Amino acid sequence: MFFGALPFLVVAVAYLVASGERLAANPNDKLLPSPTQMWSTFLDLATVPDKRSGDLILWIDSYASLIRLFAGVSAATFIALTLGIAIGFIPRVRAFLLPFVTVVCVIPPLALLPILFIALGLGETAKITLIAVGVAPVMVRDIANRVMDLPPELVAKAQTLGGNSWTMVLRIVLPQVMPRLLTCVRLALGPAWLFLIAAEAIASTEGLGYRIFLVRRYLSMDVILPYVAWITLLAVITDWLLVRLSHVVSPWAHPVEGK
Amino acid sequence: MSRIIVHGLEKSYGDARVLERVNIVAQAGEFLSLVGASGCGKSTFLRILLGQEQASGGVVVVGDSPMVPQPTPQRGIVFQRYSVFPHLTALQNLVLVEDFRSGGPFGRVFGVKRKHARKEAEAMLERVGLSHARDLYPASLSGGMQQRLAIAQTLLGRPQILLLDEPFGALDPGIRVEMHELLTEIWTEHGMTVVMVTHDIGEAFKLGTRVLVFDKVRHDPQFPSAYGATITYDLKLDRKNRAASQDVAKVASMVGTARLDTAVATTASQGRP
Repeated sequence: MFFGALPFLVVAVAYLVASGERLAANPNDKLLPSPTQMWSTFLDLATVPDKRSGDLILWIDSYASLIRLFAGVSAATFIALTLGIAIGFIPRVRAFLLPFVTVVCVIPPLALLPILFIALGLGETAKITLIAVGVAPVMVRDIANRVMDLPPELVAKAQTLGGNSWTMVLRIVLPQVMPRLLTCVRLALGPAWLFLIAAEAIASTEGLGYRIFLVRRYLSMDVILPYVAWITLLAVITDWLLVRLSHVVSPWAHPVEGK
Repeated sequence: MSRIIVHGLEKSYGDARVLERVNIVAQAGEFLSLVGASGCGKSTFLRILLGQEQASGGVVVVGDSPMVPQPTPQRGIVFQRYSVFPHLTALQNLVLVEDFRSGGPFGRVFGVKRKHARKEAEAMLERVGLSHARDLYPASLSGGMQQRLAIAQTLLGRPQILLLDEPFGALDPGIRVEMHELLTEIWTEHGMTVVMVTHDIGEAFKLGTRVLVFDKVRHDPQFPSAYGATITYDLKLDRKNRAASQDVAKVASMVGTARLDTAVATTASQGRP
């Protein structure tokens, strides 16, 4: 426990020392603000309504970003589940779609961003689509591989018990890819945040990524650093929730409870 | 409960011929043990009977009609591994049988039917001695318990023909003897036709009413895969008067086993079934 906390401690101390030195030389330094400075800015953003719009900026930003992230990742998950199982389980669909998905997988999603903005406008649709398009292909391939890895014995056995393609998908394939799907979502959240912040930086009026890039012009490290920490916290919580969900949904895949 | 007729069965993978001229007539209720050297195609033969693989030629008749060339509830199977569903508990694994059989588009039965299915499943767990493990996942069951569960699951499907692919190959000798007893009891009870592939000659003689040896009779030194294996020896056993040890020795020498002594010993040790 302590051992794992050590790297965090080292980074925190290094920051405090560097920040202290800079602030001693110049109390108005903006690059490495002190923790108290950051905390008060963060509290302002969270509790004091914005003078111009009257909004609580932090919550408006978080809400906007999380909705986009959630919508994008949910769409990708749904695509991964349906296409992945179809490609993995039905040879005909595999022959038809696998080459296409494999090629789509290697297109850099950010290169598609201009196309999405042109085709879908600058609104929410384009951002959500970017996230979905960005993470879905890899998830589809991963789920398809997992389905193809199911032992053929299990499928044959299910058939001898009277299962048809549909009931086997429902009762055998779906529950067995569930843990893998949740792991997939956890891994996809990293790129999803990347695409979210990129899309918000380019065209948006609120959102965590938008704010960071907005205040960059004023060198407001006292906003940027807490925002980065806040994003990290949100990501860690999502990840933890997904792990818990996996334990609840697929207890069989986690035979020994931690520790 | 159904006879099996195999006539002129062939199987090739590209140029490589695995099986050729396989002919068997098995009456309902027979217990066939298939033995042979590793890689001689006996497991391939079993998979063809199952419908997981297609024959390249010949016919298989089960009961009175040609076999449907894919796995169906007519034939039950127990593999050496991967025979139970890891995401379901022991009890759920057994209830699944009814779910598949009459669960409709959801693959699940509800209400009274479900209650009935659970009751049947619990009775079956009791029968194979797994009542204490009803809520455990297969991952926390021992190898022997998993195979017992697999057999129970297959039996609930009420197959006319039971196919066993080295079902006890991965088990300890002690557990294996237990499983032999269980299997013999179940076979006597239900009287289904059983086809079992095994490496263990002693097991083949102990359980089967008939031992079939797969081997190649033709060899082409220039092209070893030109000819496939066929049935070279077909020995009917008398249930009461077990195999003589010279029979065991003969089969063992045909299969080329190095464990002749153990094979004779296993067979001799259980004079009366």
